[in-house]
Amino acid sequence: MSVVAFIDTRGSKVPKASAEALTYARRIADAEGGDVVAVTFGDAQGLGALGAHGASKVIVARHVKHVDGQQLTRLVAAVAESSGAKTVVCVHDATGKAVAPRVAARLKAGHVPGALDIPENGQVKRNVFSGKAQAWVLTTSERRVLSLMPNSVAASSDGGEAAVEEFTGDLGAAGVTVKEVKQAGEGIPLPEADIVVSAGRGMKGPEHWGPVEELARTLGAATACSRPVADMDWRPHHEHVGQTGVAIRPNCYIAIGISGAIQHLAGVNQSKVIAVINKDPEAPFFKAADYGIVGDAFEVLPKLIEAAKKLKAEQ
Amino acid sequence: MKILVLLSQVPDTTARIAFTENDTRFDANGVQFIVNPYDEWYALVRALELNEASGGSVTTVTVGPADVEPTIRKGLAIGADEAVRIDAQPVDGLQVAELIAAYAKDKGFELILAGKETIDHNGGQVGGMVAELLDLPYVPMASKLDVADGKATVERDVPGGLEVLEAKLPLVLSTAKGMAEQRIPNMRGIMAARTKPLNVSPAGPVTGAAETTKFQLPPAKGAVKLIDAEEAGKLIELLHNEAKVI
Repeated sequence: MSVVAFIDTRGSKVPKASAEALTYARRIADAEGGDVVAVTFGDAQGLGALGAHGASKVIVARHVKHVDGQQLTRLVAAVAESSGAKTVVCVHDATGKAVAPRVAARLKAGHVPGALDIPENGQVKRNVFSGKAQAWVLTTSERRVLSLMPNSVAASSDGGEAAVEEFTGDLGAAGVTVKEVKQAGEGIPLPEADIVVSAGRGMKGPEHWGPVEELARTLGAATACSRPVADMDWRPHHEHVGQTGVAIRPNCYIAIGISGAIQHLAGVNQSKVIAVINKDPEAPFFKAADYGIVGDAFEVLPKLIEAAKKLKAEQ
Repeated sequence: MKILVLLSQVPDTTARIAFTENDTRFDANGVQFIVNPYDEWYALVRALELNEASGGSVTTVTVGPADVEPTIRKGLAIGADEAVRIDAQPVDGLQVAELIAAYAKDKGFELILAGKETIDHNGGQVGGMVAELLDLPYVPMASKLDVADGKATVERDVPGGLEVLEAKLPLVLSTAKGMAEQRIPNMRGIMAARTKPLNVSPAGPVTGAAETTKFQLPPAKGAVKLIDAEEAGKLIELLHNEAKVI
């Protein structure tokens, strides 16, 4: 049975989460004996290369330039109909959240938001209670929509070239117009990062972020921050991780000067390894950490940077 | 404006999470329930702010059995004009969305606001589904909303930046941090809430599409491995050689 994977391909290279979604779709298609049809939009060139991650065919709607949930839902539903797919894979991110629930409602399909693994006996694992538990969701409808949590499946890239087809059908008018995109630009997008260096109020002020950024740069990590830091405008809001900010699940989360309130943990407790640096030995974060250093951030950071530089020089 | 706000009841943020009936149900024993914080702080408060400027009404809608009523009365205490409870046990996102869409259809709501997700199921899907069922535009995780001349200007955080969007009303939004600030109900609001309407609406037919079959708590975390601050560099070595994550 074919699997349809709706992915975002905007930007200079294939977003990591999109490669993961194609790999995920490929694993489901292999288990069921079918093809993966990638569905995307916008101007990206070289889409045949998506075959490397598992796509057999790519269908692109060139005339859709931005995320319009209504147009993209019509697109994905049309491809799901024409390819006879029973499974639609999306990414549980800013783009997918605008489209996946709509596709599910349109196709009367069960939706699994934030799927962590491929279905087992029709059941898909996901996080619930803000990461404090996991649940298995059984879809009972004829079709299903699975929104893959970024950083849950390692992207493979051993496939060949995919055929690319342009979608020329009518997708109706856009309901939402994008007036402006303010890009912070530099650095690794936080939800995609394998390593995240995050800092909190313990840094005492925005002027002290230099070493945090230097450590992140050395490790090839993204930078993040706690809620008070974003609220005081020490750091941009899109860096705020936690319950009210972004929820992330990197391989490695290094938290400096963050106490680890339950609301912060809710956004980072899915990280594979957590290292905490805090001068207060009673900071709750140490209970959730794999590694800890009780010490002053301003004394510890230079030592970490030095060790990271040494490690990178050896590699 | 005529605004509909989706309110869910969830366990308190600090509630102990446990399961019962062979790990198939949330153990509500001794748990305090609250209005889902994102629904309350962002969606409801922004709806009230918009109407304080231009007039209108705010209705809250909740899918749930009678025992959610004390929780959703808080929405009235904060300032909503009317609360509606659709009488059904919520099972999955599509079912909840179908019930809400059936209620909202033809009632002329110009804005439908939800929180970005609930803190129990973390699905973030009901708003988008309601929008599709009503054939309306939808923006998830909006951090700012202004309305003028039947048009909404919306901002939302996207990875590494910010999008500024425009959409005609009626419109469905899920709301995130930045949208509004939490309001604590005052005594006058709490008194007024007692006499405001809390109407019960019967549940219509739904598609059964998904159900949660089993819950599991994560394995207990091992003790933290402490590294002496004087030898902080060792952390990098451990992350590289032992944890193999850098």
